[in-house]
Amino acid sequence: MTAAATKMRTPVKQSRFMRRALPYILSLPALLMCIGILIPFFTAVYYSMLRYRMNLPAMKGFIWFDNYINFFTDPKFWNTVYISLTYAFLTVGLELLLGLGIALLLQRPSRFNNIASILLLLPLMTAPALAALMWKLMTHPDFGILSYLLSVVGIQNFKWASDPATALFTVVLVDMWVYTPFIMILLLAGLRSLPKAPFEAAALDGVPRSFVFFRITLPMLMPYIITATLFRLLDSIQQFDIIYAMTQGGPGDKLLVFQVQAYLDFFQATNVGRSAALMVILWAITYALSNVFIKQWLKLRERAHGAH
Amino acid sequence: MDHSSSLEKILRSVAITLVLVFFLFPIAWIFLMSLQTNETILSIPPSLAFTPIIDNYTALITGQLRTAAGSLQLNFMQNMFNSVLLSVCSVALSLVLGVPAAYAFARFKFRLGEDIAFTLLSFRFAPALLVLLPLSLYFKTLGLTNTYIGLIWVYQLICLPLILWIVRGYFEDISPDIEHAYRIAGNSWWRTFTRISIPLAKPGIAAAGLLAFIFAWNNFVFALILASADKQPVTVGALAFVTASGIQYGQIAAAIIISITPTLALALYAQRYLVEGLSMGAVKG
Repeated sequence: MTAAATKMRTPVKQSRFMRRALPYILSLPALLMCIGILIPFFTAVYYSMLRYRMNLPAMKGFIWFDNYINFFTDPKFWNTVYISLTYAFLTVGLELLLGLGIALLLQRPSRFNNIASILLLLPLMTAPALAALMWKLMTHPDFGILSYLLSVVGIQNFKWASDPATALFTVVLVDMWVYTPFIMILLLAGLRSLPKAPFEAAALDGVPRSFVFFRITLPMLMPYIITATLFRLLDSIQQFDIIYAMTQGGPGDKLLVFQVQAYLDFFQATNVGRSAALMVILWAITYALSNVFIKQWLKLRERAHGAH
Repeated sequence: MDHSSSLEKILRSVAITLVLVFFLFPIAWIFLMSLQTNETILSIPPSLAFTPIIDNYTALITGQLRTAAGSLQLNFMQNMFNSVLLSVCSVALSLVLGVPAAYAFARFKFRLGEDIAFTLLSFRFAPALLVLLPLSLYFKTLGLTNTYIGLIWVYQLICLPLILWIVRGYFEDISPDIEHAYRIAGNSWWRTFTRISIPLAKPGIAAAGLLAFIFAWNNFVFALILASADKQPVTVGALAFVTASGIQYGQIAAAIIISITPTLALALYAQRYLVEGLSMGAVKG
């Protein structure tokens, strides 16, 4: 009794100030982090309005939006836009189809399916840059196993990433290898969380399975599909690791997506102004996308919370 | 739902097998390559009947790489050490910084709170080079280029938002009544936070920490821009390895296997947390 009594201290009184300040104190590190990101961000915006080449320091000067205006007539810029969008839509589209297919295959929670879904996590856990290296070894013209297998079925001299005609295909394939499991996991979680009642009712009524899929499964899964798609789009339009590790943007200008182009502008052409302007444009695209994504995400989260 | 025909069952198994082959074959093949000499790798047709050797691994561990031109010093183990140091310190720091902030965002409705959370989250999706390129110039003036401290600070860009958003969701799921009860029993706010809230959110913290570690380990672009060879993690080191001329392919394969083993092992060991972090974290919050 006495021990309990000594333990029962009087509630610690908090001053009004402390109560008000506590959330700010707790989130101070995150706040500082925000500032730490915002400074270079605004610097980048400022650089994008400069004529700023590191090899020609004397020419440095403020030129307002000239870097952006120049893009309109710059075929290199439109090539970057075209390649980035093609890459993003191809990867996300294919990964979505494949990921949905695999999720449907593994939907029933059996022991085998669970082990399979765990094993499929492995590519997702591989660093994308290292995954690109692995595929580079497998597609090597001299000893690559994939080049060999193609030659066995009669396709000789398939050059994978070093041929302009197949370079995009090759990096898209690597991207699919790494990221399809991500979509698969999200959709599998979505599929397994769907309410059972509509499916049981449909089975009782003998509704055809294609009808069940398109009219029940797909609409109910749609929030998950949208979330996964937006998330992947955001990442894919900024892909750097896989493309840089595989070909550094080559052959020629075939794989010069936004970030790779900005990297080369900065470090090889030392054109800081152009590089920054490219990044600001990419940021504007991702910002618009991420706002849609976050709204969608919060909606889904609320639904998930409501369901519990 | 269970009256699926046997033909369908067969098709299903074939499909699953194809899927598993596509996703697992590359890892298996690179592993086999890492156990071969250059001669067996280059032999055509490729054969599975080779005598496995571990020379590639011992060469990497001792740092003495045999090449056609002779012996080459390449300290891949330094890259490995860098990876461990950078990932562990980054995750530790972002847990210390992120868990209290996640709690604040979950428990208190305060001005700026939602703004900070959204800014951080929207920067999770911003292009890395947007921030990195100006930062590389700042780092030069600040003397942070090619330092562990500078890199760990930049790694917060990936770790902190992840931890904030996943852990926040878990704190929101804890009923405030439990905390109130403990507070009324005479415990300080801090004691309540460390004795009640954190233990209850532990699965979320574990999931977020694990994911943050994997993302930090797999990061490539930060160190590519902000560090030189002696501070670079395995992701960048392995690439430099390939471009260094005359290196044997088996050793590249061995370097890749060494580099991906930690994350793959973690993923298999803690897959429950991982799936929870990925799916619940991304979907549920």
